[in-house]
Amino acid sequence: MLNQWMFIGLFLLMGAIFPGAPILLNSLILGPKKNNPAKNSTYECGIETVGDTWVQFKVQYYIFALVFVVFDVETVFLFPFAVAYNSVGLFAVLETLLFILILLGGLIYAWRKGALEWV
Amino acid sequence: MDFSKLLTDPINEIGILLTNLLAGLGLAPGAIAVVQAIIGVVVIATFCLLLPLFLIWFERRIVARMQDRVGPNRVGWQGLLQTIADAIKLLIKEDITPIGADVLVYNAAPILSVIAVIAMWAVIPFAHNMYGVDLNVGVLYIAAVGSLGTLAIMMGGWSSNNKYALLGAFRTAAQLVSYEAPMILSMLVPVILAGTMSMTGIVNAQSQVWFIFSAPIAAALFFITSVAEVGRTPFDLLEAESEIVAGFHIEYTGMKFGMFFVAEFLHAFTVGSLTAVLFLGGWSGPFSDASPLAGVFWFMLKSFLGYFIVILMRATLPRLRIDHMLDLCWKFFTPLALASIIVTMLVDKSLTTLLPNADAWARGGILFLANVLLGWATVSLLAASARKMRLAEEGGATGAGHDAPGDGHDEHAPMDAHAPAHASQAPAH
Repeated sequence: MLNQWMFIGLFLLMGAIFPGAPILLNSLILGPKKNNPAKNSTYECGIETVGDTWVQFKVQYYIFALVFVVFDVETVFLFPFAVAYNSVGLFAVLETLLFILILLGGLIYAWRKGALEWV
Repeated sequence: MDFSKLLTDPINEIGILLTNLLAGLGLAPGAIAVVQAIIGVVVIATFCLLLPLFLIWFERRIVARMQDRVGPNRVGWQGLLQTIADAIKLLIKEDITPIGADVLVYNAAPILSVIAVIAMWAVIPFAHNMYGVDLNVGVLYIAAVGSLGTLAIMMGGWSSNNKYALLGAFRTAAQLVSYEAPMILSMLVPVILAGTMSMTGIVNAQSQVWFIFSAPIAAALFFITSVAEVGRTPFDLLEAESEIVAGFHIEYTGMKFGMFFVAEFLHAFTVGSLTAVLFLGGWSGPFSDASPLAGVFWFMLKSFLGYFIVILMRATLPRLRIDHMLDLCWKFFTPLALASIIVTMLVDKSLTTLLPNADAWARGGILFLANVLLGWATVSLLAASARKMRLAEEGGATGAGHDAPGDGHDEHAPMDAHAPAHASQAPAH
């Protein structure tokens, strides 16, 4: 068990080294280094950028992320049930059905409140 | 060394050989395990990073064929070395960090996007005794690691200090994050059918009936939402060239851009592989039990079939508008995924309660029928909703079409009849 997670850890480490090495090779050794302010300026198809980039943004994007968080957390609770599915009876399945219907109720609520409309 | 053993169980045989070799060098057993793990990791990770070199060539040739062009055919045999030439070109490009960028996040984003895809391959089984590691929470691990890629794209877009990139990042927040919900829900169906989250366990559960027969709706949902997760055409809003130039990777140059590219192509192939493992029986096929090499062949064939369909979608379909895409996700895919889980669960459990002796084919057939019924119900609901929309469109531009979204008669209708986005789709009379 511990061996498995060691393998995953090594995998993540190697996953960082493999893309990291060519990037370092490119930026430190092979690539030319002739910076100037115009080259490093923000690219906007030739027009000078106006104002700050990190400004207040439309809340709609955030609302979708919020609905997702609710959904995702509740979905994770379904995975343990799915693993135990073969050993539980019909009654447990009906209980899970209730759980999913509550999840569906949340979706319908968000839908009716207009959280899913792109305005 | 026994060569017939090498054919039937190569990984184990090589492992024994390595253990003997390292023990001969005087290493402790713990150190031997670590060295073996490192070798395994390096082999799989190298395979994952070399595969895109081939995938990019494959995709360019196929798309060129579909667009009545020839595609790259000059460098190497049939242009096979074209991608290597491109990679060398990217290596000698200047690396630019734009003024005002958040340097740490900006540099971490391309690496994280590759990690997210490569890490998935740790649990994908190539054949019945060829896999990196057989986690007992494999599916959950795939879902968890896959969402890292979303984070990487958001990081890249946000840290570039560029308004187009920021727009791309925000679209990511809306699109990729939304499509994760139906994707994870549709991954739940094979887990229910197999009763395990381990990837090899899921493949073994499909030894008789593939889950694409028992759960065709979940399979289709999983495939489409995964393609949306990759962010390819028709779901490429986060890098829409004609709208926001290049989206999240607009400021990236050289190998950092290349790493985003590698991650995207490998992820597209991973979609094919995951579909193969979860729904198409993974490595199973003729002779796959006799030799893992046959298993690898079938697994790669199925994966490439999935990847080919991804390319076909890319070459055929135009880009979706963002409101259409979010409606598709939240008002169609998510309710349908929940319905698919409910139908699978109830039908399967009542079947095993009523007929405990039913064989795998009977079980698969009844689940297939249930899915067909669900599909029929969905299509008729869609048709009713479209008819209502059309009538509202014809019945007068001002009155009928603008009541509150909540007062429709069937709130389960997957498409909202009143959304202005759909009104434009109704045929003009």
